[in-house]
Amino acid sequence: MSIDLPAPTLARDGLAGVPATDLKQTGKDFTSDQEVRWCPGCGDYAVLKAVQGFLPDLGLKRENIVFVSGIGCSSRFPYYLDTYGMHSIHGRAPAIATGLATSREDLSVWVVTGDGDALSIGGNHLIHALRRNVNMTILLFNNRIYGLTKGQYSPTSEPGKVTKSTPMGSLDTPFNPISLALGAEASFVARTIDTDRKHLTEVLREAAAHRGTALVEIYQNCPIFNDGAFDAIKDPATKDHAVIRLEHGKPVTFGPQGEHGLVRDPVSGAISVVEVDDSNRAGLLVHDAHAEDPSLAFAISRLTDGGYLNRAPVGIFRQVERPAYDDQARAQVASATEAQGPGDLQKLLTGSDTWTIA
Amino acid sequence: MAIDGKQVEQLDRVVIRFAGDSGDGMQLTGDRFTQETAAFGNDLSTLPNFPAEIRAPQGTLPGVSSFQVHFADHDILTPGDRPDVLVAMNPAALAANIEALRPGGIVIVDSHDFTSRNLAKAGYTSSPLDDDSLADYQVHPIDLTGMTVEAVSEFGLGRKDAGRAKNMFALGLLSWMYGRPTEGTTAYLEKKFASKPAIRDANLTAFKAGWNFGETTEAFAVSYEIKPAPMAQGRYRNITGNTALSYGLVAAGQQSGLPVFLGAYPITPASDILHELSKHKAFGVTTFQAEDEIAGIGAALGASFGGALGVTTTSGPGISLKSETIGLAVMIELPLLVVDVQRGGPSTGLPTKTEQSDLLQAMFGRNGEAPLPVIAPQSPSDCFDAALEAARIAITYRTPVMLLSDGYLANGSEPWQIPDAASLPRIEPDFATAPGEGETFMPYARDAETHAPAWAPPGVAGLEHRVGGIEKADGTGNISYDPANHDRMVRHRAAKVARVAESIPDLVVDDPSGDARVLVLGWGSTYGPIGAGVRSARAQGIDVAHTHLRHLNPFPRNLGEVLRSYDSVIVPEMNLGQLSMLLRARYLVDVQGYDKVTGMPFGSEELAEVIAQAVKSLDTPSLDRLSQENHR
Repeated sequence: MSIDLPAPTLARDGLAGVPATDLKQTGKDFTSDQEVRWCPGCGDYAVLKAVQGFLPDLGLKRENIVFVSGIGCSSRFPYYLDTYGMHSIHGRAPAIATGLATSREDLSVWVVTGDGDALSIGGNHLIHALRRNVNMTILLFNNRIYGLTKGQYSPTSEPGKVTKSTPMGSLDTPFNPISLALGAEASFVARTIDTDRKHLTEVLREAAAHRGTALVEIYQNCPIFNDGAFDAIKDPATKDHAVIRLEHGKPVTFGPQGEHGLVRDPVSGAISVVEVDDSNRAGLLVHDAHAEDPSLAFAISRLTDGGYLNRAPVGIFRQVERPAYDDQARAQVASATEAQGPGDLQKLLTGSDTWTIA
Repeated sequence: MAIDGKQVEQLDRVVIRFAGDSGDGMQLTGDRFTQETAAFGNDLSTLPNFPAEIRAPQGTLPGVSSFQVHFADHDILTPGDRPDVLVAMNPAALAANIEALRPGGIVIVDSHDFTSRNLAKAGYTSSPLDDDSLADYQVHPIDLTGMTVEAVSEFGLGRKDAGRAKNMFALGLLSWMYGRPTEGTTAYLEKKFASKPAIRDANLTAFKAGWNFGETTEAFAVSYEIKPAPMAQGRYRNITGNTALSYGLVAAGQQSGLPVFLGAYPITPASDILHELSKHKAFGVTTFQAEDEIAGIGAALGASFGGALGVTTTSGPGISLKSETIGLAVMIELPLLVVDVQRGGPSTGLPTKTEQSDLLQAMFGRNGEAPLPVIAPQSPSDCFDAALEAARIAITYRTPVMLLSDGYLANGSEPWQIPDAASLPRIEPDFATAPGEGETFMPYARDAETHAPAWAPPGVAGLEHRVGGIEKADGTGNISYDPANHDRMVRHRAAKVARVAESIPDLVVDDPSGDARVLVLGWGSTYGPIGAGVRSARAQGIDVAHTHLRHLNPFPRNLGEVLRSYDSVIVPEMNLGQLSMLLRARYLVDVQGYDKVTGMPFGSEELAEVIAQAVKSLDTPSLDRLSQENHR
């Protein structure tokens, strides 16, 4: 048997219920007194700076923001932010954040994780958080390598990767985190790059405003164990040809002069790159992040190279409204309380079948 | 005394076992008989016993499900060692249970099911009803199915549906035999099948037909009377361990003023706690059915971090999966209730059978020095008090607490004197408050009395802090790899758990003569069988003392002194000596284990015999002891 759930509260801001502040905040307010201990040149520094710089824009009370992380280099993130935080255990941050977000409507909950943490040991929790659509933002730092354990291949490493644990080349087919998230019914899926602070900040703003689970994949360079993994999308000489920027409602073109574009095969639905000219300009794919059907977003995600990263779409792939698990869980508690009145413990303990010894 | 020409015989206690195929409704039948018995005012204790398979092949031995109920005109402690009455709905049920029946006991079988095919499935080459294999018992072959089908023919059900009401016919017959009140079952059936009038009427009619059959047939010349038991004044209900434990968790939320958050993954025999709590949202209880055991406890710990009472419920295999998160809770020092409804292990083991073999897992099943308090209830209704006590310790001492129930307690039931909600103890969460001007919050500073750190959920300005699994600097909670600090923090966490002993009562020993030289010490669900065994031994004139542990870690402060006060200490456990190992290690006392892992509770006569042997061996020194003494 199944029942129709009560009409969901839709279109609510991701931060609704979190108390705002009138205090003027700066990045410094969000900087803890702890020394940052990532390797020199690590992409995590750029993301930390961007997040510390961006948090004041939200205008939230600092004490109502919580960062939860797993294990890995990126998971040290909470120690460097002067908010509430939990550095938990490997892969479990989405599960812990689910309990926290469900029991506390008044918190802005962020998960910081990496490709090993989220996609390998914690893969199960990630997909279930996404399908439930718990109100939280997941920052997935993808450096395509295991850093903290000193350089083994990760579930996003390209096949054939030679590492300490794979001297003859890795055999695994990698995950595409965007495709995975879309397959897991995610309602908000985006990708950005550690060094592109403006784009990173824009994506974070949209992610924070999203009600439900927002997954943001951040390409992040590991200068020690996987240096150069993202050179093609960062090198001024190649990046305009390599990065496909997605903007909702706009035709997808890229290249220094917008000379490349995307078209969709009307029969197979597959997307391919074409050189834009007058003959095909009108038929270019217009990005629709709000489409209910995720197949367009999925098709775009497949343009990401599985091997060395010579090409990758970035931006918001999917952004749709769907009831958030935690909102509905709280609504069930509220409606039960309304229907039955606040629980009467004596009545519960007594039950209906009793006898009395005089 | 005779009523309507039939003899009524007085009994002080009876054990009945209902047995049938998994689909025959034996658990329901037993449950209804129990409710009737509770309403009548007997003391009672039950033991459901069913296979892990939902519907094993029909008519086979693995498919047999049974429900045993012991009821008496006096205070009893166990579901009884051996049934006096066996109701067997098919040959397999007879074959699987006849060995347990006491000689001279009553056997009621549904002769309709004793076909050659069913007999073969149960391993019989000829019908036991036709040979003398049941000569030691009073056998009543009755065509329960046939009479049920006939009785309900007017409701137009197919033969199969009609026959399914045979369990209610059997219940009616047994209700007549033992003078049970029938109103409760009638009301129950009316409600349960309200939307299916034909099924409802068939069940009601079968139930009445069974009663009337008993009253009129010449097969049963006698009915029995078991007077109500003298119990303390008050209002009672019947309750199972899982229900009592669920109520204890609800009560813990009410008494602490905290919302309860249960994160759980379904697992036998713990799932009923998830089911029960999911009904009580109006108490501010949130239930989260997680994707796996790890997410269940993870979400619970996340809720605790947010200031809720985080709870996770599981059985042994689930604890194995949750170990790393329990370690995190130990490290970050947050309240968390971990309920382990133990079952036979290792691995999948015996999912529907009982065992106490997770004690050492509860104590030590984590990496590093990770002590936590361990509590065990001693009876189904005691699960309520044990859950409240576990919550008190978790909240007061900011620690995960392991609550060790087991399959026997979970599904077994007994009368429960309903507590007065208003007089339940309060539990004070004592959350951290914002620091004063110029003060800095120290998340890992410790309370002078409890040695526990603060509990500072998000939302309070000035208390922003980070917790985590990496070792923390004493006081500030910042990451620290300092060797001396680590040594200090490990000892702080151990000292905090040890400090719990100051808040628990001394162990009380039941030693009426004061002359006992042998002490029987148990923990958890063996309380009933040990208590009954002790009574039985005393009835034979044997002096024996009995005590029972609720707190397994830390132990009550006087435990060492108690152990040393007796010449011999016997520790019966449904494992291979786990508590014995802890006692020997801690107190250097040579306790003697009596260990068994059959998936079933101890029998009281079995334990009485163990006690008798122990007392006897004190009087007649063993060769070992003699030779030791000769060497001195």
